[in-house]
Amino acid sequence: MCETCGCGDPNVVSVEVHDKILSVNDRTAAHNREHFVEGGVFAVNLMGSPGSGKTAVLEATARSLAGRGRIGAIAGDLETERDADRLRAVGVPAAAITTGSACHLDAEMVHKSLHHFPWRELDYLFVENVGNLVCPAIYDLGQAVNVVALSVTEGEDKPLKYPVMFRKADLVLLTKVDLLPHLDFRVEAVLDALARVMPQPDVLRVSARTGEGVTDWIAWLEGRRSAHAKGAPSAGSAHHHHS
Amino acid sequence: MHEYSLVRAMVDRVEQEARARNATAVGRLAVRIGAMSGVEPELFASAFTLCREGILAGTELDIRRSEAAWACPRCATAIPTGAVLRCAACDVPARMITGDEILLEQIEMEVP
Repeated sequence: MCETCGCGDPNVVSVEVHDKILSVNDRTAAHNREHFVEGGVFAVNLMGSPGSGKTAVLEATARSLAGRGRIGAIAGDLETERDADRLRAVGVPAAAITTGSACHLDAEMVHKSLHHFPWRELDYLFVENVGNLVCPAIYDLGQAVNVVALSVTEGEDKPLKYPVMFRKADLVLLTKVDLLPHLDFRVEAVLDALARVMPQPDVLRVSARTGEGVTDWIAWLEGRRSAHAKGAPSAGSAHHHHS
Repeated sequence: MHEYSLVRAMVDRVEQEARARNATAVGRLAVRIGAMSGVEPELFASAFTLCREGILAGTELDIRRSEAAWACPRCATAIPTGAVLRCAACDVPARMITGDEILLEQIEMEVP
């Protein structure tokens, strides 16, 4: 009741909240991250455009890590289980999250999928996000690192067009480099673009088809995994804490 | 369009706050969206119109924007957007100062 004039109008109160709109997602992501750390599982959020070669990179990773590290994958896809099927075909335990119309995975979807997945038996858990360079960038899933696949068949200026995605990447995998001789794609141009959107640009050139660069990629993963076990921070795991 | 799921998350938060204070209506919401947050203010606003019901039926949405700003974490020199994100003098990576906010800042409610 308005006390000054007794008019019976409701009082207007203004509440300062300063809450992150994604705070519920961030809490679930932190919960996932705790699980991964305690289970000794190195979680990688793999993002990129549709057709950037995410699944092919995982197939090559599985072949290369065979006998050295146990890997599993959770694949987000709009309608099908095709990506998960491809991964199972190369011996990678894989779960599919069909998102329907959702353009990204969130921490809750990942959390639910873990309940039916033997993730504790893994050394590396890859979360293959929905093919999209916009929406997945803002959702923390609880990963240790963010990796973005960018194929040489996409434009050199992709990083400048999608700066939010590339800013949060710990590593950019430049994929399909076996096609470079047939394209006008200039690697220096994409490296320059990345330096303008990523404070610590880290880029590896790979071809899942020829196997070029896969050894370096595996070495990067193994290096990050052992640094992570010792508590070193990364852009992917720290991206919601700096401001 | 992830703006709709962001708006849903915000609406849940606002309704929770309104219930806690027995509010009868929410008059205004202020949010802050950074230029490098990955959220389109226009899409956010249009997603919000789909959620205007119940206690939020007459709610006005105030979207405050912040520009992307980068600086050297050591010497604090500003690094312009579009430049290489590294302080040449200190040889360290730049840090984002503002521009990635997706915040609910203020709720104005009518309480009995």
